[in-house]
Amino acid sequence: MSDISSLCNVKHILLILSGKGGVGKSSVTTQTALSLVSKGFKVGVLDIDLTGPSLPRMFGLEGRQVHQSSAGWVPVYTDSTKQLCVMSLGFLLQDRGDAVVWRGPKKTAMVRQFIKDVVWGDLDYLLIDTPPGTSDEHISIAEELKLARPDGAILVTTPQGVATADVRKELNFCHKVGFKVLGVVENMSGFVCPHCDECTNIFSTGGGEGLAAQFNVPFLGRVPIDPSFVLLIEQQQSSEKNLVENYQSSKLAKIFGDMIQQLLDENLPSRV
Amino acid sequence: MAPEPEHCPGPKSEQAGSSDACEGCPNQLICQTAPKGPDPDLPLIASRLAGVRHKILVLSGKGGVGKSTFTSMLAWAFASDPDSEVGLMDIDICGPSLPKMMGAEGEQIHSSASGWSPIYVSDNLGMMSIQFMLPSADDAIIWRGAKKNGLIKQFLKDVDWGNLDFLIVDTPPGTSDEHLSINTYMKESGIDGAVIITTPQEVALLDVRKEINFCRKAGIPILGLVENMSGFVCPNCKGESFIFAPTTGGGEALAKEAGVPFLGKVPLDPRIGKCSDHGDNFLEMYEDSPTSKAIISIIKQIRKDIGEPLSSDDEEDP
Repeated sequence: MSDISSLCNVKHILLILSGKGGVGKSSVTTQTALSLVSKGFKVGVLDIDLTGPSLPRMFGLEGRQVHQSSAGWVPVYTDSTKQLCVMSLGFLLQDRGDAVVWRGPKKTAMVRQFIKDVVWGDLDYLLIDTPPGTSDEHISIAEELKLARPDGAILVTTPQGVATADVRKELNFCHKVGFKVLGVVENMSGFVCPHCDECTNIFSTGGGEGLAAQFNVPFLGRVPIDPSFVLLIEQQQSSEKNLVENYQSSKLAKIFGDMIQQLLDENLPSRV
Repeated sequence: MAPEPEHCPGPKSEQAGSSDACEGCPNQLICQTAPKGPDPDLPLIASRLAGVRHKILVLSGKGGVGKSTFTSMLAWAFASDPDSEVGLMDIDICGPSLPKMMGAEGEQIHSSASGWSPIYVSDNLGMMSIQFMLPSADDAIIWRGAKKNGLIKQFLKDVDWGNLDFLIVDTPPGTSDEHLSINTYMKESGIDGAVIITTPQEVALLDVRKEINFCRKAGIPILGLVENMSGFVCPNCKGESFIFAPTTGGGEALAKEAGVPFLGKVPLDPRIGKCSDHGDNFLEMYEDSPTSKAIISIIKQIRKDIGEPLSSDDEEDP
């Protein structure tokens, strides 16, 4: 049985899942974390996308190191207030271009180590960002968290049929392993032209909402494509303010604030 | 992360798991129980693929950048020449998209004495995907790596591909079981090379860099890098904007940095998404779109690289 003592002071555990790649799991994870921190919560983020970790870049933490303490791995904190910390395989690589070419058993061992050996300390929320699919990482995290009673999963999709087809599979996966589906986020839903304010549905629209209705799970909301969010992430090094403050001035912050409030209003029981 | 022991004999060695150095290694049991020696199925795969002239992989470290979309375009473009036989293999086991994009959803595989028959989308274009084997379209394939490898092997060994001019393989994102396996299984019969797809923003390039690194380590030749979703022209005001801003120079800079050929940029067109959802051939329906033109010119380049340039007669074909 898995050892989950490292999670004993974590009040809530949320997974961010999608069957499809590139729909914005890591963006949604990042924005969920930033929104929770701005509401005063203490948040940890675990990245179990082992072959394509994006979170170090998203949080502007590339090149940082994980420290080993007597109790285990200390996650990387974004600043001295220690409100937000991140753990990712990206911190353990020598060079950012290095490929992690691992077959399943090695990935399983790594996921287990991430659950067992990270010193999270007291957290209000632990967000777990996942790779696309329903394979080794997903089976492993479901097994490791079996006794940890996670709150549930947020599913991310884009509106077009090719994406929702894969997300349907992920919904079935959640049912099979017993993750409660907390809601569906429809990302990249429409793009407002900065020149003429005309909205174009590049990846169509409404797919996520339809999916949520069909499977009878909550629909959290639509998030439009906002190129300024990419810029916010990419230019955070040169900014004087920290990411949490910068994000509050983004148009997306309000949308995410409302979505997170929906989750908070459910009053999910604390694990602790 | 537990590193390999200093004198690790390597997981393929006869001593794997039983050498002195293996004592205490967390992977000892895995190495001990894994079968040793060359895979007896490899010669079978090689004889199955003997009639396939060109084999192309479509790869990307990142998900959702358009691997399957580009694969479908490549297949349609190759198959537009009625004298070419084209095969399409989808090894994205957990998220197969090609059947929908090729308009072959809901088909079922038939087996005959010579093996599984591919699903024919048109006379000269056959395809294979796990989606054709599911009782219900929404079923999740909750498989660990070893099981996925088994299916990929069957796709190569048990499918009656026949004589093909081109076999195009669409892959899932990442650098894991599927990628290692397809390379191991196809190496003997020779892979022409990989087309790597990226989008312009650094978060994607970061993962694609890893994929290039993987190809180098695995010895897969790289035909080139395609930058997809690069720029968007508003259909209302024709103003151009970057949706995924290339803050670090985009695909072109990465190609230069990594020393691989840059095949071109493909702009976003909302109609591609619609065509993919309906299984329509975008290149044929909107041949005047700048996106179609960009894709056609990239495909021309790929044909040249694998030694199958279009003669001018072919270009006039519908």
